[in-house]
Amino acid sequence: MNPTTLKLCLMAVLSLVGIGLYGLMICRNLIKMVIVLQILVKAAALGLILAGQMSSQINLGQSLGITVIVADTIVAVVGMALAVQVQRRLGTLDVDALSSLRG
Amino acid sequence: MLEAILFALPILTALLAGIQAIRTRSLIRSALWLAGVSASIAVLFYMLGAHQVAVIELSVGAGLVTVLFVFAIGIAGAEIQPQRPIVPKTLAWVLILVAILLLAGFALPFATTVQHSTEPETTSVFWQQRGLDVIVQVVLIFCGVLGLLGVLAEEKAPLDQPMVDEIAAERERDLRNLEYQSSQSMVSSQQGQTR
Repeated sequence: MNPTTLKLCLMAVLSLVGIGLYGLMICRNLIKMVIVLQILVKAAALGLILAGQMSSQINLGQSLGITVIVADTIVAVVGMALAVQVQRRLGTLDVDALSSLRG
Repeated sequence: MLEAILFALPILTALLAGIQAIRTRSLIRSALWLAGVSASIAVLFYMLGAHQVAVIELSVGAGLVTVLFVFAIGIAGAEIQPQRPIVPKTLAWVLILVAILLLAGFALPFATTVQHSTEPETTSVFWQQRGLDVIVQVVLIFCGVLGLLGVLAEEKAPLDQPMVDEIAAERERDLRNLEYQSSQSMVSSQQGQTR
């Protein structure tokens, strides 16, 4: 793999991180925030695989990538469970509504 | 050059799908664009030589997670109202540019060299070298099952306010009954003593 391709993939990682960060700062909807988090974590997984490829340790990169994908899926499931419960109790998915919750 | 073009196609698709996932107002469409990101990233994984991760990303990221999203959106409601952003858009762009420049400054020098070394098989790396990761994954999957139960939970909590009131009223009734019975027994004992 030539350095141009590696740089192209690295740019993809950085762009996906940028898109994810922008979404996190813009979105107020809980489900949308979980979707944006997924994009961010996919960028991280791509970065791990790319690092494995660059250091000729692609199997280590794959192992870490699998762990990240599992964690990412669980984050999505728990986030959606939270969003559904918030929607049922407060009638909205706006993150501002969470400030009305009292322990 | 051809290799770069081949890599550019899934990269552009992923970026386009990612932007659309954020821009669209419909949550269902957003989830479907996210599936597009996952599929493009899976193709990239495959092209980078990470075949196992590509398969897992395609089946879990583009399949399972999308189904879960559609399910949760079906329960919670599909449309979102236009809202003001959490952070002003200009400030958001500045922060993102700073973050990307920092990351690029850290990572770009490493992207010019490809080291060559021998490496054990994926299975031995996964099960032996990264054994702790496997245990963490098991714990995470357990948490995920609990989270799924949260999605599937009943519409009303088992102890919502009417039920709490009902239980309190029942306790009060029991207490009154007890008091009445004890006063009755005291009266009967006093009558017995006077006789």
